[in-house]
Amino acid sequence: MSLGAVNTGLTGARALQAAGIGVLLILPFLGGSDYFMHILIQVLIWAFIYTSWALMGRLGLVSLGHGAFMGIGAYTVVLLWNFLGITPWLGIPIGVVLAVLLALVIGFPCFRFRIVGHYFALVTLALGEVVRLTIIALRDHTGGSLGLTPNRFGDGTSWYALQFADKEYFYYIALAVWLAGLGIWVLVDRSMMRYALIAVGEDEGAAASLGIRVTVQKLRITALSAALTALGGGLYAQYLTYVNPSIVSGVTVSLHIVFAVIVGGMFTAFGPTVGALFTITLSEILRISFGAQIIGLDLSIYGLLLILFIIFLPKGILGSLQDLAAKRAREAKAD
Amino acid sequence: MLVVDGITKNFGGFVAVNGVSFEVRAGEILGLIGPNGSGKSTLFNLISGALRASAGSVKFDGQEIAGMPPDRVCHLGVARTFQIPRPFGSLSLMENVALSAFFGQEGKVTRPQAWRQAEEALALVNLPTDGVATPENLGAAGLKKLELARALATQPRLLLADESLGGLDEAEMDQAADMLDRVRRERGVTIIWVEHIMGVLMRLVDRVMVLDHGELIAEGLPREVAADRRVIEVYFGRDYEAHGESGQPAGPEI
Ligand SMILES: Nc1ncnc2c1ncn2[C@@H]1O[C@H](COP(=O)(O)OP(=O)(O)OP(=O)(O)O)[C@@H](O)[C@H]1O
Ligand SMILES: [Mg+2]
Repeated sequence: MSLGAVNTGLTGARALQAAGIGVLLILPFLGGSDYFMHILIQVLIWAFIYTSWALMGRLGLVSLGHGAFMGIGAYTVVLLWNFLGITPWLGIPIGVVLAVLLALVIGFPCFRFRIVGHYFALVTLALGEVVRLTIIALRDHTGGSLGLTPNRFGDGTSWYALQFADKEYFYYIALAVWLAGLGIWVLVDRSMMRYALIAVGEDEGAAASLGIRVTVQKLRITALSAALTALGGGLYAQYLTYVNPSIVSGVTVSLHIVFAVIVGGMFTAFGPTVGALFTITLSEILRISFGAQIIGLDLSIYGLLLILFIIFLPKGILGSLQDLAAKRAREAKAD
Repeated sequence: MLVVDGITKNFGGFVAVNGVSFEVRAGEILGLIGPNGSGKSTLFNLISGALRASAGSVKFDGQEIAGMPPDRVCHLGVARTFQIPRPFGSLSLMENVALSAFFGQEGKVTRPQAWRQAEEALALVNLPTDGVATPENLGAAGLKKLELARALATQPRLLLADESLGGLDEAEMDQAADMLDRVRRERGVTIIWVEHIMGVLMRLVDRVMVLDHGELIAEGLPREVAADRRVIEVYFGRDYEAHGESGQPAGPEI
């Protein structure tokens, strides 16, 4: 490919991105139904959470416990609001800080004592459960597994309470947060930290001997990932105006995150977003076709798909499509 | 520059390095030889912080570095290569070396500086600096060069070069030796050089130390050491010793 072609390719991608963002910006004015908006908001918030997970997941730090951070973000904001009247504008950051503290407390010993790979995954799996069980144990405040609803403020639309009767508000908030998540992805992607973590993922000993502070680097990305996940959790709680342990915490959520990212593709910026689109569409289709008769069916199907994806499309939908496109381009060039 | 005092490493009941003491002077190349399993790589691991010493001390420019983590030892200016190369396979050669330059001097260089230094280091060892080449197709000799480039990119004052590796032909070995010599002359890097094959090493080093079963059995000028009875015994067994005494050219040649 000539330099000119590369440039056109880049401008083409830029133009496509700009057009995509343009469409997303005017979407609420195109008169979609509330249901449609609801799905979109869900996709955006989950896409943000998946992206946050993939920030560390793709660098070899596979967490099976991100439900912990999401749950902390979600419950902190609601509990502070309901019991202390603290606005979500403070509640969400406090949740983020708590999630980061937890990430550091768990991450430090793991990284220090070189708990990697499966063992790290298992530790995080346990972490997710601990947080879920803690939420249930504190049922006097959290409502246990029945969940919790943030107290309504005024007529239901208030920036102070971050509650909105109309979906448009949350749509734009979710859109902004999702875009910010992609921005952070790109920043990490271009950072030296990424090189450090790739090196660490391949060979910790060699990386350390070249001056890479292994523990510090891992903690940084873990803290970042936990922070963003908690932010997503807080936002999700505000949007749903309802939290319960199984929708914002616990193993189900944690595994869901991993599944969606693997399906979408974790090595490319939009991969997690594609994962969100795919899984949410799928679960809606299943819900509409089977209703509540077969509770848990979607999970079985997810499990099955996960196996198929890991075997046949390890790079996920988007990753595989990109590989295919690259192959086509090479073949076209060869002709 | 480096003062090692009574350094010892046990693996369970096995003593891999036993009370080794020596000094390295700024600017010299010190050869370190010894048969397989004599503890050379373990000694490097102890100095570089990859392993924690069971006893003893290591002072670099007067500062105790025994017990420090490897990244801090690197930041102080001690770099090492691995006997069996450990490249980061999914990164290009430039990325391999540039990240070493960047993190090896963390906070002291900017990104462009790190990339420039990576180019220099790769050029020094005659590896491509195009940013496209990966470790994938490097042979044994190329991988050894990459090890060296990465270590040098951290801009060390002391280099621990664990070069002992079969699989290099004579020309490649000479090349590797010349490279170390250039590193010392052009960059003023002090070097401890581990090598199996004594021929090339003896030509270039200022002094030689000999390890056997974890113990330092000889130390001195290459000439002296090559003529040392215990060294000859360790390297060639008693037969050779008999020959040596009957007027054969003194010292191990190969
Ligand atoms: N991590 C370890 N655990 C147990 N034993 C070890 C370990 N590392 C090295 N050893 C043992 O310590 C001894 C010294 O090994 P070392 O690698 O230092 O030798 P070497 O002089 O570098 O040998 P070579 O010339 O083959 O590279 C060997 O017997 C080896 O088996
Ligand atoms: Mg060795």
